[in-house]
Amino acid sequence: MTDAGDTTWILVSSALVMLMTPGLALFYGGMVRHKNLLSTITMSFALLGVIGILWVLYGYSLGFGPDLGGVIGKLDFIGLMGVGQEPSGTYASTVPHLAFMIFQGMFAIITVALWTGGVVERIKFSAFLLFAVLWFTIVYCPVAHWVWGDGGWLAKFGVLDFAGGTVVHVNAGMTALALALLLKPRKGFSEGEPMEPSNIPLVILGAGLLWFGWFGFNAGSALTSGGLASSAFVATNISAAAGAATWMFMGWIYRRPSALGIATGAVAGLVAITPGAGFVHPLAGIPIGIVASITGYYCILWRTKTGIDESLDVWAVHGMGGIWGALATGIFASAAINSGGADGLLWGGGLQFAKQVAGVAAVGAFAFTATWVLGKLVDRTIGLRVKEEEEIVGLDISQHGERAYGGILP
Amino acid sequence: MKKIEATIRPEKLEPVRSALAEMGILGMTITEVIGRGKQRGIALQWRAGEYRVEFLPKLKLEIVVLDEDLSRALNTIVTKARTGERGDGKIFVLPVENAIGIRTGDEGVNAI
Repeated sequence: MTDAGDTTWILVSSALVMLMTPGLALFYGGMVRHKNLLSTITMSFALLGVIGILWVLYGYSLGFGPDLGGVIGKLDFIGLMGVGQEPSGTYASTVPHLAFMIFQGMFAIITVALWTGGVVERIKFSAFLLFAVLWFTIVYCPVAHWVWGDGGWLAKFGVLDFAGGTVVHVNAGMTALALALLLKPRKGFSEGEPMEPSNIPLVILGAGLLWFGWFGFNAGSALTSGGLASSAFVATNISAAAGAATWMFMGWIYRRPSALGIATGAVAGLVAITPGAGFVHPLAGIPIGIVASITGYYCILWRTKTGIDESLDVWAVHGMGGIWGALATGIFASAAINSGGADGLLWGGGLQFAKQVAGVAAVGAFAFTATWVLGKLVDRTIGLRVKEEEEIVGLDISQHGERAYGGILP
Repeated sequence: MKKIEATIRPEKLEPVRSALAEMGILGMTITEVIGRGKQRGIALQWRAGEYRVEFLPKLKLEIVVLDEDLSRALNTIVTKARTGERGDGKIFVLPVENAIGIRTGDEGVNAI
């Protein structure tokens, strides 16, 4: 039986998560140089088109179709076959199957968009699209099945991931790192050429849209509209706030409380609460957000020193934030909050913590390795990177034949 | 006639403009520029850590004056644009061959 309240909430949540992808586009776009502002935004926005189609054609079925050996879904739902106005019988028993399907589709789109932060200002657009389709098919859909699919091996093993700390953030973070290593640094990066952010207000606007959309991401993942959704909603806001405030003070300790830092901290807090949002007491959002920002801050400093050009720190903020969030779920989770969850370390559940470690390790290692292989494949065939002169001119002009701002003529 | 090209701190435009206006020099062209002198630019904040920006925003004023007004005009700009810190800017003075008012067709000193 479909429930009107639950259905409303899942549809609204789907729309909220949809808005995160253009939000992410602005968040990333503002951090790159003028000449690559559009190309950075376009990568995310193009995925709304491409993955939006692939998801209904076969992605949903690979992720959530009937289980095949714990690793992938069968093709029963291909082209939305059997996905209709009635609940699915397996997932979200009170909302139409179509609503559940589109809610999951928005997660697929933003997860692919997330790792674009690692490849900005130098990836060839055609290579990006080819890699994105391969990665979506071979990495995202299987991992979603492992953790969230009925019969998925990590789900059966008992890994808890409420809204995608592992499936979305660890996955995207490790992918961005592998791709950045394959692509090599941007021209001038190793020589210390300044890579000045083109528009910090855009970054703030993007972070605001992400924060807004994240309520759908986390509270929507309750798949009902009641108390659990409310608990996840509150936990999400608390962790975002703790993350933003912490990063602000981190910047202040060393120099100044920077706008870019506060926005980054909010995102770090949102990432880290994602896997535990519906398993932990909302107040656990405070330590979860604080540690996410401290971890992210030092990971960025360390990454900069290594000379790795994982340009917009998807690994530091999403990868490490996701790992911390998954482990924090194994610490703070309480069966009293969600009977479908488990007790974490704090409540004597040492085994759950071990499962969280295993889940993160499995997904992180798979994402990094598969990305390395697929990335090499694309590089050997059509080439991952733009020509040097295209990079100098900027990707807006060389890849899209457009510029973000008009000239000086009236 | 002489052309003054003065690169100054953006926030010093208003004091310079009003002091020049008081002495009857009203016409000027202003361009937003970036540049550097001997200082190393400034450090701006990245999400964690910082990066250096070598070139800082300045305003370039182009003012054409009569020979007899030159030293007073230069003195005014120097006085009003100075903070005493590095980055106060530079002034260059160039000879002007001719000047033409586009509306009136006036030439030479009548055009300025």
